[in-house]
Amino acid sequence: MEHITLLLAIVIVTALVFDFTNGFHDTANAMATTISTGAMKPKAAVAMSAVLNLVGAFLSVEVAKTISKGLVREEGIQPEVILAALVGAILWNLLTWLIGLPSSSSHALMGGLLGATIASIGVSGVNGGVVVTKVLIPAVAAPLVAGIAAFLAARLTYKLGKNVGEKSGAKGYKAGQIASAGLVSLAHGTNDAQKTMGIITLALVAGGVLAPGSNPPVWVIVSAGMAIALGTYLGGWRIIRTMGKGLTDLQPQQGFAAQTSAAAVILASSNLGFSLSTTHSCSGAVMGSGLGRKGGVVRWSTATRMFVAWGLTLPAAGLVAAAAEFVARQGDWGIAAVAVFLVASCAAIWFISRRQVVDHNNVNETDGPAADAGTPADTEPAGVVTTAIAAVTPPPAGSAAAEEAAEEAAEAVEPDAATAVTSDVKPSIPAQSGAAADSARPAGANV
Amino acid sequence: MIDIDWAALGSVFGVSLVATVAVVGLFTLGILGLSKQEAATAQGGTAPLARTGAYACFALCVAAVAYGIFLIVA
Repeated sequence: MEHITLLLAIVIVTALVFDFTNGFHDTANAMATTISTGAMKPKAAVAMSAVLNLVGAFLSVEVAKTISKGLVREEGIQPEVILAALVGAILWNLLTWLIGLPSSSSHALMGGLLGATIASIGVSGVNGGVVVTKVLIPAVAAPLVAGIAAFLAARLTYKLGKNVGEKSGAKGYKAGQIASAGLVSLAHGTNDAQKTMGIITLALVAGGVLAPGSNPPVWVIVSAGMAIALGTYLGGWRIIRTMGKGLTDLQPQQGFAAQTSAAAVILASSNLGFSLSTTHSCSGAVMGSGLGRKGGVVRWSTATRMFVAWGLTLPAAGLVAAAAEFVARQGDWGIAAVAVFLVASCAAIWFISRRQVVDHNNVNETDGPAADAGTPADTEPAGVVTTAIAAVTPPPAGSAAAEEAAEEAAEAVEPDAATAVTSDVKPSIPAQSGAAADSARPAGANV
Repeated sequence: MIDIDWAALGSVFGVSLVATVAVVGLFTLGILGLSKQEAATAQGGTAPLARTGAYACFALCVAAVAYGIFLIVA
C-alpha cells in the first residue's frame, strides 16, 4: 500500500463512507420489525445487528471478487469514475434516509457506476441487458417473492397458533424474531460489506497498486467490516420507523413471518444465482405479513412513495455520478471540487435531519394520523432541502472560482435531481414530523 | 437479446416460499406444543407428547438456521 496516491486515498475513504451509509441505511432490513414489535430494545437490536454484520464481513470474499462484474466493462475504469459513482450512491443513500424511505444501497451503487461510466466512456461501456436482468427484474421480483412467502407464513402462523397460550406465544415469537433477524444481519454483512471491499479492490487495481484478479487485502476487509458495523450501530432510525411502523402495523407473529421470509429469500437468491436486493425483499416481506393478518392493512401511500424512490434510485444516483465524473475528470481541482461538494452535501443533509430528530427514543412512535394532518408543513421541508442543497452546491474551493462556476452549472443537474426526488416523495416528511417535531425543534432548529 | 434466467427466478421463488412456510409452520407448532405443556403443568399434570413434539419442531428450526449459516459461510 506504499504507492497509494492522493486520489486513491480519496476513493478509499469515500468507499468507506459509502459502506457506512450502507450499514446505516440497511439496519432497518434486519431490525425494523424486531424493534417495532418490541422483541428487542432498539439499542440492543442495532448492536446485535452491527456485531453480526462485522462477523459476516469476515466470512467470505466471494461477492467482493465478482463486484460489478458484467455490469460495466471493467477494463479501463479510472479511479475517478469509481469516486464519482460513490458520490452518487452516498448522496442518494443520505437523501432517502433523510426522508425515511428504504431503498437499495446496491442499486444506488450500480446507478452511480452506470452514470459515471456513461459520462466517462459513453453508453457503449454499459451492458443494457445486464441492467434489465440484474436490476429491473429483481426490483419487481424481490418484493413479490418475499411478500407472498411472508403473507402465507403469517396466515399459517395465525391459523396454527390461535390456541397458543399468551406466555409461551410471546416468548416463542420473540426468540424466533431475534434468530431470523440475526440471520438477515449476517447475510447482509457478507453481501454488502463485500461490495465495498470489491469497490476498494477495484480502485486499487485501477490505480495499479494491486494486480488484476487479486483478493482484497486484509486491511481492506477489516476497514470495510468496521465501517458497515459502525453505520449499522448508529442505526438509520428514520428508515427503521418507516419499515417497522410506517408500512403496516406488525404483531410479533407477523414480524417473525416477515423476517423468516426475508432471510429465506436472501439466502435462496444468493445461492441459486438470481440475486435479489435485501431492501426490496425485506420491504416486500413486511408488506406481505401486514396483509397476512385478518384486518391487517398496508399503508399504500407510504408504499407508493417507497416504490417511487426505488424507481428513481438508478437514474438519480446515475445523474449525480455522471455530473461528478464530468467535474472530476477536469483534473486535480475537479476532484477536490467533487470531494468538497460531497462533504458539504453530507453536512447539509445531516443538519436538515437535526430539525426533526428520529433516534432510538422515538423510533416506535407511530406517525400514521400525522401523515394526514401535516398539510401545512407539506411544502416547507421540500423547500428547505432544495435551498440548502442549492446553497452548498458552489463549493468554496478557492482560486479557480470563475472556471468552477461553469462546471458548477453542469453540476446543477444534481440539485435538480434532488428537487425532483424531494417533491415526489415529500409527503413523507410531515409523516415523520408529527411525533418528533415538538421535542426536537429547540435543539437543532437553526441550520 | 435480454436473457432472463426464469428458471433461477422460479427456483428462488419456490425455495423461499417452501422454506419460509415450513420454518414458520414448524416454529408455530413448537410454540403450540410448549403452550400445551404449560397448560398441563398449571393443572398439575404433564404433557410429554406435546413437549417432545415441540422440541422436535424447534430442533428442525435450529437445523434450518444452521443450514442458513452454512450457506452464508460456504
